[in-house]
Amino acid sequence: MKKKNLNNGQNNSKSDLLEERPTNHSRRNLLKGAGLVGAAAVSAIATSHVIAADSASTNSNSKRIAPREALEALTAEEAETLAAICDCLIPSDEHGPGAREARAVHYIDKSLASHNNGSRHNYSVGLNAINEFARKTRGKSFPELPLDQQNSILLAVQTNKISGFIPNGSGFFNMLRSHTIDGTFCDPYYGGNQEFVGWDMLRYPGIRLGASEADVSAGASLLPNHQSAYDHSTYTKLADNSLLDTEGGDGYA
Amino acid sequence: MPKRLAKTDVVIVGMGAAGGVAALPLTNAGLKVIGLEAGGWLSPRDFAPDELRNGSRNWPQSVQKAASEAPTVRATSSDTAIQGGHPMMNAVGGTTMHYWAQSWRLNPWDFKVASETKQRYGESRIPEDSTVEDWPFGYEELEPYYDKIEYTVGISGQAGNVQGKKNTAGNIFEGKRQREYPMKPLRSSPFTDLMGGAAQSLGWNPFQGPAAITTELFDGRPPCQYHGFCNKGGCHVKAKSSTAFTVIPKAVDTGNLDVVTFARVTQIITDDSGRVTGVDYIKGSETFFQPADVVLLASYAYENVRLLQLSKSRVFPNGLANNSGQVGQHYMTHHQGAPVTALFDRDLHNWYGLPAQGVAIDEWADDNFDHGDLDFIGGANLWVHTDRKPMSAAKMSTFGETRNWGSDWKAFIMKNADRTNSSYIQKTTLPYEGNYLDLDPVVKDPLGFPVTRITARYRDNEKRIAAFSQEKMEQWYLEAGAIKIVKYGLGNSMGATTHAYGGTRMGLNSETNVVDEWGFSHEVPNLGVLGASVMGSSGSRNPTLTVQALSWRTAEHLVNNWRSIVG
Repeated sequence: MKKKNLNNGQNNSKSDLLEERPTNHSRRNLLKGAGLVGAAAVSAIATSHVIAADSASTNSNSKRIAPREALEALTAEEAETLAAICDCLIPSDEHGPGAREARAVHYIDKSLASHNNGSRHNYSVGLNAINEFARKTRGKSFPELPLDQQNSILLAVQTNKISGFIPNGSGFFNMLRSHTIDGTFCDPYYGGNQEFVGWDMLRYPGIRLGASEADVSAGASLLPNHQSAYDHSTYTKLADNSLLDTEGGDGYA
Repeated sequence: MPKRLAKTDVVIVGMGAAGGVAALPLTNAGLKVIGLEAGGWLSPRDFAPDELRNGSRNWPQSVQKAASEAPTVRATSSDTAIQGGHPMMNAVGGTTMHYWAQSWRLNPWDFKVASETKQRYGESRIPEDSTVEDWPFGYEELEPYYDKIEYTVGISGQAGNVQGKKNTAGNIFEGKRQREYPMKPLRSSPFTDLMGGAAQSLGWNPFQGPAAITTELFDGRPPCQYHGFCNKGGCHVKAKSSTAFTVIPKAVDTGNLDVVTFARVTQIITDDSGRVTGVDYIKGSETFFQPADVVLLASYAYENVRLLQLSKSRVFPNGLANNSGQVGQHYMTHHQGAPVTALFDRDLHNWYGLPAQGVAIDEWADDNFDHGDLDFIGGANLWVHTDRKPMSAAKMSTFGETRNWGSDWKAFIMKNADRTNSSYIQKTTLPYEGNYLDLDPVVKDPLGFPVTRITARYRDNEKRIAAFSQEKMEQWYLEAGAIKIVKYGLGNSMGATTHAYGGTRMGLNSETNVVDEWGFSHEVPNLGVLGASVMGSSGSRNPTLTVQALSWRTAEHLVNNWRSIVG
C-alpha cells in the first residue's frame, strides 16, 4: 500500500463525501500486522489468538455513505464560526489537509454533548463575543472576514486584548486550540481525524496491538495502518467472549 | 442500623497495590479475608488503545468513589483550599491497573535520611522545619520482602548489586540484593540507546529501570507487546503485573478471599476498650457492618488518613488511632514536577513503547554524590522514556520557534512531532511542620462526609534539588544532541498526586508516629495500615514496590503473631 497522499483531502467537498471511497486497509498490511504480533507473542497462546483473530476482523468499513448528521450541541451559526476558527488554527494549506478535512468541528460538536459538556456554555459566550467583535470593528461576522483579519482577531483573543470570554480570552483560546487538536488527531471513532489525515500529518504510523523492534526502528517509514482502536473487535461492545482468556481476574468480571 | 454480616478473620479496606498483596500471605495461611473494594473488576477488553478515552476523557478515573471525594488543596493555612482532581483509580487492582509500573527498591539512604545526614554533614544540614526521622529499620530488613514481591508479582529489570557484586548494566547505587530479577529488563529502543550513549560519554552509569511488566512468559502471562497505551490504560495482554492479574486471583483461588466490589467503607468501628471490631460500608443503597478480628486499612494515602479522621468514637474523639494527634502529619507528595523538555534534529522513533521503557541516571539521586558544598540534601533520579501519542504530540512545546497555531505551527509539528522528549525527574521530598492532611471544614462528599484537605508546599530543599537536577538533565540532553531545551518552573503547592506519602507514619516513637515498625497502630493493636501513608521518606523513585514489600511484611507479621494481635 502506498503511503497516503497528504494532499488528497485538500479539495474535500460535499460531493466527495457522496462517493464511495476505497478502503484504507490492504490485505497485505493486515496479514503483515497479524504476523508480527503473532511472532512476538508466540509464547502466549491465548493472547496471540485474540490478537490474530482481531487483526483478521478489522476490515469492516469498506463503504462510506454520506451521513445525515445533527448538530448535537452547537447552533448553526456557532458551528460556522467555529469552522472558520478551526481553519485558522490548523489550516488546510500547501502542506496538506488541516482541521477542516479532519472534521474537527464535527468532533467538537459531538464532544460538547458528551465529555466536554462542561464547556458548552463557554463556547456560546466565546463564539458570540468573537462575532460581536468582528461585526463591531469590521462590519462582518467572523466567518465572512478575510483570513488575515480572522487571524488578527484570534491573536487578540489569545493575548487577552478582547473581553467577553470565560474565563478570559486566552483561557477560551487555549480551550479552542486544545479541542481543535483533539478533533484533528483523535481516534476517528470520535468523529474527527477523518481518513486519518491528522495521524498522517504527524507521520504517526497508527495503532498497533504490538510493536516489534523492527517496527520501532522503521519509525516514520513504517507504513501507516490506518486503524481505529475499535477496528479491533476485542474492544467493542459485542466482542466474542469465547475468544478471551478466562484465567486470572476475568472470571469474576 | 447497618445490617450485621458474619464475622471474618481479617477485613482489608481496598484491593489495590497494597491490599491485594497483603491478601495473599493471609489467605495462604488459612485466614478468612474479606476484601472491600470501591470499584469493580476490569478485564483486558477494557483497555482499548485510545488516547482520547484514556487521557482526555479520563476513563480510568471516571465514575468512581475517589473522584467524588477529591481532596482540597492549599499551600499554607492562611490560603483557601480549592478542590482539584483525584489521580487514583477505584478497581480491583486499584491504580496498578493503569500505572506506569516502575517498580523500584528504595536506596538504603532513604531509610536513614536523618542519621546519615547528621553523620556525614552535621545536623545543621537537615532543614530546620523538617520532621524527618529514620525508618524503624534499614534497607536490609525490607530486602527479603522486595525479593518476595519481585518474584511473586513479576518484576523485570537489571540488577546492579547482587550480594555486593556490582554490575554497571544495572543501578550500581542500589542496595545489596540476594539475586537477579526474575525477568530481563524491558528492551532498549533507538531513543534509549541514544540517551544511554550520551550518559556514558558524560561518565554516568545509565541503566534500564525495573518495571512490573513482563518481558517473557511469566506465571502464564505473556510478555509486553510495546504498543503503548500503558499510561492511564491497563494492559491488553496482562503484561502489566497489576495485583488484579497476579496476587488477588491467587488469593481468591485459596478459597479464603471474598472480594466485595462497589463497597464504600464509611467508618471503622471501635469498642469501649479501644479495639476495632469491624467496618461499616455502603453497597448499593444498603449499609452493612462487617465484623472482623483485624482491620487492615489499605486505601490510598488520602483515604487512609480520612477514614481514620472520620472514625471518631468515645475512646478516639479526634479520630481513630489519633490520640497522639499524628494522623495526617508528615505528609509529602513526591516532587515529580519541574521537568525539562528537549527538541532534537532527528526523529526519535518514540511512537511506540511505554513510560517504563527508558533510561535512568542515579548519579544525582539520594546521597549518591557529595553534598558538602551544596545547599540541600537528597537528590533526583533522572528518567527519560519512550511512548508518544498523536494528540499529546501535537500539543508539544514550540520551543519559541513559532506561534502555537496557524500554518507555521502546522509545519513545525509536521516536522517535529517525533523529535521532542520530556524528562521525568523524581526528587527527594522531606516532611515538614505545616505540611499535613485534615478534614476540610467546608467541602463534603455526596454522602455528607468532609473531604481531605491538603495543606502543603515544597520548601527550599525541594526547589534546590529541582534546580540542580534540571541542570543535570539539560547537560544530558545536550550531550545526546538536543538543539533546544525548555525548563519548567520549580513548583510550589503540593496538589493531589499519585505519589502521596505520610499521614500514618511508621516509627518506634508513638508520640511522632501512627503505626509501629510492623505497620500496626500504636494505639489500636488490631488495626494495621498499608500503603505509602506509612512511609517516612519519599526516596527519589516510584513508591509502589516499597508499598507492596511493606504490605507483605505486615501481613506476614499478622500471620506469625495472630494470637497476640487478636488477643
